[in-house]
Amino acid sequence: MTFSPELEAQFEKFLAKYPADKKRSAVIPMLVYAQDETHAITQEVIEEVAKRCGVTPLQVDEVVGFYSMLHKKPQGTYHVQVCTNISCLIVGGEEIWNQACHKLGIGHKQTTADGRISLEEVECMGACSWAPAVQVNYDFYHFVTPSQLDKLLDGLSAGKKPDEIAGVKRASC
Amino acid sequence: MADLVKFTINGREIEAPAGMLAIEAAKQNGIEIPSFCYYEGYSLQAACRMCLVEVEKMPKMQVACTLPVAAGMVIRTETDQVKLARKSTLEFLLTNHPLDCPVCDKGGECELQDMVFKYGAGESRYVEAKIHVDEQQWSPVVFYDGPRCILCFRCVRACDEGMGVGALGVVNRGAMSLIAPNKGDHLECDECGQCIDICPVGALTSGPYRYLTRPWEMDHIGTICTHCSDGCKTTLGVRNDEIVRGNNRDRSGVNGEFLCVKGRYAFDFNKHAERLQSPMMRVNGKLEEVSWSKALETIANKFGEIRSRGGKFGVIGSNHTTNEENYYLQKFARQGLGTNSIDHHRTGDVVTLVDALSGTTGRLANSADFYERKAVLVIGSDFSVEHPFLAFQARANFRHHEAHIYTVTAEPVREDNYAARSVRVAKGEELGALEGLREALAAEPDLVIVFDDSIKGDKVRSVVEFGQSLGIPVSYCALVDYSNSRGAIDMGLAPEIGPGYHATGQPGMSMNDMLAAADLAALWVVGANPLENAKLAASKAFVVVQDLFLTETAQRADVVLPAASAYEKNGTVTNGRGEVQRLKRASATMGAKTDLEIIGLIAKEMGLAPMMGPWLPETVYAEIRKTVKGYDIPLPLVTIGAQQSTPVNGRVGVESRPDLVRSEHNNLFESGTLGRYSQVLNTVIEGRQSR
Ligand code: SF4
Ligand code: SF4
Ligand code: SF4
Ligand code: FES
Ligand code: FES
Repeated sequence: MTFSPELEAQFEKFLAKYPADKKRSAVIPMLVYAQDETHAITQEVIEEVAKRCGVTPLQVDEVVGFYSMLHKKPQGTYHVQVCTNISCLIVGGEEIWNQACHKLGIGHKQTTADGRISLEEVECMGACSWAPAVQVNYDFYHFVTPSQLDKLLDGLSAGKKPDEIAGVKRASC
Repeated sequence: MADLVKFTINGREIEAPAGMLAIEAAKQNGIEIPSFCYYEGYSLQAACRMCLVEVEKMPKMQVACTLPVAAGMVIRTETDQVKLARKSTLEFLLTNHPLDCPVCDKGGECELQDMVFKYGAGESRYVEAKIHVDEQQWSPVVFYDGPRCILCFRCVRACDEGMGVGALGVVNRGAMSLIAPNKGDHLECDECGQCIDICPVGALTSGPYRYLTRPWEMDHIGTICTHCSDGCKTTLGVRNDEIVRGNNRDRSGVNGEFLCVKGRYAFDFNKHAERLQSPMMRVNGKLEEVSWSKALETIANKFGEIRSRGGKFGVIGSNHTTNEENYYLQKFARQGLGTNSIDHHRTGDVVTLVDALSGTTGRLANSADFYERKAVLVIGSDFSVEHPFLAFQARANFRHHEAHIYTVTAEPVREDNYAARSVRVAKGEELGALEGLREALAAEPDLVIVFDDSIKGDKVRSVVEFGQSLGIPVSYCALVDYSNSRGAIDMGLAPEIGPGYHATGQPGMSMNDMLAAADLAALWVVGANPLENAKLAASKAFVVVQDLFLTETAQRADVVLPAASAYEKNGTVTNGRGEVQRLKRASATMGAKTDLEIIGLIAKEMGLAPMMGPWLPETVYAEIRKTVKGYDIPLPLVTIGAQQSTPVNGRVGVESRPDLVRSEHNNLFESGTLGRYSQVLNTVIEGRQSR
């Protein structure tokens, strides 16, 4: 399987970082970066990473199943993660989560029919001080209110990029 | 060894090497610390938390299975806190466990059952529905029942570390974790069943054994695997005279608990529908069932007549029959029929090795050497595939002692994965590659050199010369194919060699000569199938065959006698390293008799009984002890463990016959003629793929 030249270069860097007999250390970073490009960790990706890291596909599969941030099912272009862990929960995280599900008509680890948005209910993301917190791909949104969430999801659904959506601001931390 | 340190367990002063695991130190002193995931010989996991103990000055309880002991440590294993921890751990383990013990194969010998009985709570506080996943079949041999799994990962480690296969893994996380096979929904592996064997609960179960019996309803008969020459001890579970299981949980043999697919499952040839159950005689060109008395009388008359007119006999013995039977057969041939034309299919050049080592002692490798010597050189053999147990030993040696493994083979082999050096040569060029390894090998503290039939005749001498020139202690092993290949030559199933490697000095036909002799008057084949790929030149020869099945050779016979298998007889066999071990009768097939009895009955019918002596295994063994060099081993010693015979003692005064040596190179799923009648070996997909 072939990846983009950028990703190939990234893989090269990872492999060079570890001793030859510890190539398996590159499994996790490789999976994370591959997922960003392919939006899902397919069997093909698993086999490719296994080959490059000198382990069996089953050993890569073990890693994929263990880490909740690695997804075998295709994610949306925007992966919306809502925290409902304790700090967020007490200031409305659960309501935010329910609102998101309701609005998009999908649930935990599901993707909208147009493939634009996927939802995931997550545990603490380390943004407790700014709860309730939402994460879209790698970007955070702090002190999220129901109306901000509406704008965010409407904008994403309409095909806008997060930066183009008025009234919601990415956190700058 | 590390320095001894003093510490206490439950107030008792104990001494152990620093760094020893607390769980081991406790065990050595008779203190039980319950455990699931800890398994000696495999990597540490600390997954089950069953082994929690209290250690003074440590704020929380510690897992004894990863806790190295140190001087002054104060360990307590029976406090209220520890007892409560065990109870809670078991309660957790039972959260999703189905408690279907009454229908579970493991019930009665289940570690979880035992632990709950001893350490568990009487009732659970859980009222939630249990998570259920359906049972999966991964191969004809391996079944997985997820809900029963306690996630100790013993199976994963046994397969990866022990077998070097790595076919099992853990997928998902937490309560959803499951063991998974390497091919998604099925296994492609050695099908050894080690994972099933090591599973503490009934999560992995074995296809051939499932739902057949409860453990306490079986008799457990310790005997020796009848397939390859590695000579593993196997404990057969027998119910109603039928063998239903093979394992070696009591670790009683040279092999500990190791068994490959053949030893664990390929006992099933024993009850194959085509087993012969009655003597047969050729009547009007066709084989018809006759009575034993009729068959024996016919053989005796014919043999007697041929002997009196000086006709040519050919006698072919077996690689699977016992030492007693082989000894008895050659005695009958030589003294009863007056012929020296007795042979067997030779699969490794033991004769030249024994000769080349004459004048030395302790140079023949034993089973332990493969685990204890610091280096192992494998020449020619696809070790893991052809000699599963020895390869297992070498792998364990590498894991536990960082032993250096060297391979010189034509094709890639599993050993390459961890070998210190792998040399690839064209077939036949193995010997030439040794010089290149000289420097590395000479730097080893000691070494085992093991070779297959790529090294025979003068090449064996060259290998020994090479080994002796290294200046380090070297022991040798000439690999042979079958369970008693070594015993066959030790007992003198060869025209030029009598029992104990005595040169006979008498002329006699080799197996090839017999098949080619147009004037052969009688051919007597005991437990061999020489006509599988060869023709018998003498079209008029009177052929007698003793076998389990109507083999190609039996189909050509004039009289066929139904023989008992190795699992149906008592006696001794000698494995490829010369270790003598005891066969114990586990079951019986109606109508079949042991080869020893059959030979005895023919002798009796011919009036030779007084010369031959009684056909009792113990009596014949007593005679072997007196006559065969190196076999003076008391039977009780053979019974409790393997005893290496020591045939080397001076030159073997005959010309070696490397031309007769040919290994079948049976793989994991082949076992000569026997393998053809094993359903398991024929149904596992790797077996079919490898053909
Ligand atoms: S049967 Fe043997 S090789 Fe196959 S998965 Fe089990 S332990 Fe591994
Ligand atoms: S299948 Fe058996 S050996 Fe494997 S993890 Fe589960 S309980 Fe342990
Ligand atoms: S290694 Fe050989 S002796 Fe051992 S179980 Fe397998 S076939 Fe039998
Ligand atoms: S609890 Fe939501 S970010 Fe920590
Ligand atoms: S035996 Fe110590 S944690 Fe399992």
